[in-house]
Amino acid sequence: MTASTSSALPVEAQHHDIAERRDVPAWLEELRRWLIDAGIGWLLPIGLLAGWEAAAQLGLLPETILPAPSAVFLAAWALILKGELFVHIGVSGARALAGFVVGGLIGFGLGLANGLSAHSRKLTDTTLQMIRNVPHLALVPLVIIWFGIDEGAKLFLVALGVFFPIYVNTLLGILTVDPQLIEMGRAYGMSNATLFRRVLLPGALPSIFVGLRYGLGIMWLTLIVAETIAASSGLGYMAMQAREFLLVDVVVLAILIYALLGKLADSVARALERRCLQWHPSFRQG
Amino acid sequence: MSLSQQPRRGAELQITGIGRDFGANTVLRGVDLRVAAGECVAIIGRSGCGKSTLLRLLAGLDRPTRGRIMLGTGEAPASARIMFQEPRLLPWARVVDNVEVGVPVSEATARRRSRALELLAEVGLADRANEWPGILSGGQRQRVALARALASRPELLLLDEPLGALDALTRIEMQRLLERIWLHQGFTAVLVTHDVGEALALADRVVLIDRGAIALDLRVDLPRPRRRDRPELGALEERILERLFDGADAGGIDAAA
Ligand SMILES: Nc1ncnc2c1ncn2[C@@H]1O[C@H](COP(=O)(O)OP(=O)(O)OP(=O)(O)O)[C@@H](O)[C@H]1O
Ligand SMILES: [Mg+2]
Repeated sequence: MTASTSSALPVEAQHHDIAERRDVPAWLEELRRWLIDAGIGWLLPIGLLAGWEAAAQLGLLPETILPAPSAVFLAAWALILKGELFVHIGVSGARALAGFVVGGLIGFGLGLANGLSAHSRKLTDTTLQMIRNVPHLALVPLVIIWFGIDEGAKLFLVALGVFFPIYVNTLLGILTVDPQLIEMGRAYGMSNATLFRRVLLPGALPSIFVGLRYGLGIMWLTLIVAETIAASSGLGYMAMQAREFLLVDVVVLAILIYALLGKLADSVARALERRCLQWHPSFRQG
Repeated sequence: MSLSQQPRRGAELQITGIGRDFGANTVLRGVDLRVAAGECVAIIGRSGCGKSTLLRLLAGLDRPTRGRIMLGTGEAPASARIMFQEPRLLPWARVVDNVEVGVPVSEATARRRSRALELLAEVGLADRANEWPGILSGGQRQRVALARALASRPELLLLDEPLGALDALTRIEMQRLLERIWLHQGFTAVLVTHDVGEALALADRVVLIDRGAIALDLRVDLPRPRRRDRPELGALEERILERLFDGADAGGIDAAA
């Protein structure tokens, strides 16, 4: 143990020397690198936005087809003042989250069960794979008959849409854990619970994250369709109302908000992934 | 080097008439072998002759079709540890956590950690305790695997070509490390290897498996550490190779030494 501290110290000390000689505080350097990294991704959207604004101002884009970003921004401001915008966002967000949690948990649970137990897999996997081949949005008319345009309809559709990617990837993740590691765990006397916690679950995690991010995409897609067809609140409803009154700026606003929320969800998932998969070569930093 | 206290003596291993069939394919016909407590036996034989199969039986990872394995006084090989050809480290656990996998769960948490660190120091990797295994070199990973295997103070250590994937220099280094730890801890060791030189450098006895049974059991009575240029080693190697190729001619199989 003493060997570890004494030989680790000189290495750290060297790093300090290098950082100090350049006379740049480490956090500033960090910030600069982060800005460059994050900035590159935003360059194109900002450029597009500027081009779009310029085209609208020059009259190249008729207002009834595509209003200028500034007009969209003003529409957003007006809706915020009326207190409507955040209500719609809140309603849509809550639906998305509820559907995701319900569908995700069921998918995760069944994925684990079928990954760990061959009996469970034989019993349910064929059925699930068959249902998977029905596009869940094809169920919209049926779901409206069952649930009307209630919250139940949206919850059902989102949960169903999210279920499959999470189920399939959890199952795949568990099934593809290196059998040599499982054998090692058994040879070293791990109990079933320990084997799951230390070998199977961490081994399946990269695949589970793929399912998670895929599920998030499906979550928004399903919600947009469901809200556009049958809803009395939420972003999709707001967009459909605006269409009836030809408020193109609000329609565009709704689309932009969907895009931003989708990006936000993906960023959260990515951050979580980076934290949980630090050991993985693809996510290793520094 | 006195990091692990009160080294335990190894256990005597007694194998009687062990056989293993895979369907119609009889891999091990009947193997009888007695390994004295603290002895190091090397098992060699052509590829596919059943060395790994035998070791898996000794480790309790597989059940023999016939025959009996006795370790120490009990029937069950409770205090045996196996070290595989691959390091088989958990890539998502830090080096020290990987070693902790080998520490018996009966020990207290703090004790487990210090035991793991002790063993890392013993294999010369104390300063890598908090790294991910993925960034270690092949030889270092195998040393972590060795630390993990030793963490429970096994009475019997089974090694299935643990050095097979290493380059020649790292191999010799690892052989020395193995010998030093084995001399120090006194466990019984069964080492499977493809390398006759390695077997002669490390083992008290070299056992050759051919067509499902033991074909040669050779005692290597030379002082340690053994210099590779000793004439006696050359003569022994000659005898083993001769027996290996004899078997190949008789069996009509390609020889691999
Ligand atoms: N689970 C199994 N099912 C069927 N056959 C098996 C199984 N395990 C091993 N065998 C067969 O047993 C024979 C011996 O295999 P084993 O792995 O013990 O050889 P080995 O001596 O370790 O070879 P190598 O030196 O190449 O590692 C092979 O013919 C192999 O096909
Ligand atoms: Mg083998």
